[in-house]
Amino acid sequence: MMNSRDVVKVGIADLNICHAPQTISTSGLGSCIGLVIYDEVKKIAGLVHVMLPHSSLSRTSEIKVGKYADSGIDTLLNMLEKEGTAKYRLKAKMAGGAQMFQVQNSNPMLRIGKRNVEAVEEILNNYRIPIIAQDVGGNKGRTIEFIPETGELKVRTAHEGVKFI
Amino acid sequence: MGYFSNLKQLQLDILKEIGNIGAGNAASSLSDFLGMSVMMTVPKVNVVSFDEMMEITGGSEHIQAAVFVPFEGEINGSVYILFAPEDADRFVKLLTNDPSQTVLNSNNSLALSAFKELGNILVGSYLRALSDFSNLQLYQHVPNVTIDMAGAILTEGILEISTVSDEVILIETVLNELGDNKQPMSGHFVLLPDPLTYKKIFKALGVSSDDEQS
Repeated sequence: MMNSRDVVKVGIADLNICHAPQTISTSGLGSCIGLVIYDEVKKIAGLVHVMLPHSSLSRTSEIKVGKYADSGIDTLLNMLEKEGTAKYRLKAKMAGGAQMFQVQNSNPMLRIGKRNVEAVEEILNNYRIPIIAQDVGGNKGRTIEFIPETGELKVRTAHEGVKFI
Repeated sequence: MGYFSNLKQLQLDILKEIGNIGAGNAASSLSDFLGMSVMMTVPKVNVVSFDEMMEITGGSEHIQAAVFVPFEGEINGSVYILFAPEDADRFVKLLTNDPSQTVLNSNNSLALSAFKELGNILVGSYLRALSDFSNLQLYQHVPNVTIDMAGAILTEGILEISTVSDEVILIETVLNELGDNKQPMSGHFVLLPDPLTYKKIFKALGVSSDDEQS
């Protein structure tokens, strides 16, 4: 049985779901995106910690689905559907996509935060899932926790404290 | 998965030696710069998951003062030097000769630039040692400084490797004990070569895998 105080922790490039009164969190988001998709009637939420915008960037045949925006969102939606959420009720909140360093470098990987945000927005738009709130960009790390009971996303930023979106 | 599963002990030892020479060189630069002794631990080389990597300095959310230096050339990758903010502040106070300086005030550009300069010296000596040892050319980019969550900082260095692997070779050396009264501190060097760079380093040092030698 679930412990009412459970926090489901999601690692980097991973994903999971939780049921109220559980909450779900991920920490140390820089250029990565913490994306929450939730059903506020069923009080079920899924979270994916996306590192990169698209699975076509992968140079291996086997992929860790949570690493990429496209495969991560697809898998998360399947998991949510299996839990009995209704597709038309799904909503999203996200945080992350920062640029931690101002690097003068030919490597486009170092501007990945913005591309991650754009990729997530585009995919959610295709699925017609509205983004209710977001805290993205900037140059600070973030830790997030989603509370399905209230539909709030708690965002903690280094040096700037906590806010709810 | 398994990108690094064929690594031989000899290859891991070579990477350990790179960590050793690099950090040794950096410790001696730091010692010259500050006019006091600086010790370092034996380097560790481990193949770890991304989540495990974020734990090296105490957790993904843990605030660290970091200087991040990407490098390019015959070999590519990045190096971090990470300090607990209070250890970074000890250097900053020494360098500026002002006990009120702290890197935790994000508007304090003097403290941040003093810390950046320190990081630049350390990473510069580390990379020079890597280049000399492997006889491979590289040039370092402008250093970047940030005081933030370890996870957010370290992820930037593993984006490239994450397209081929869910694990990373962590080449980690810790600087500790500063001065004659042996004040403990901990500064982590983390070297993150890009995927193809490992092969070049191994080839340059004559420890390629069997299939590549044929």
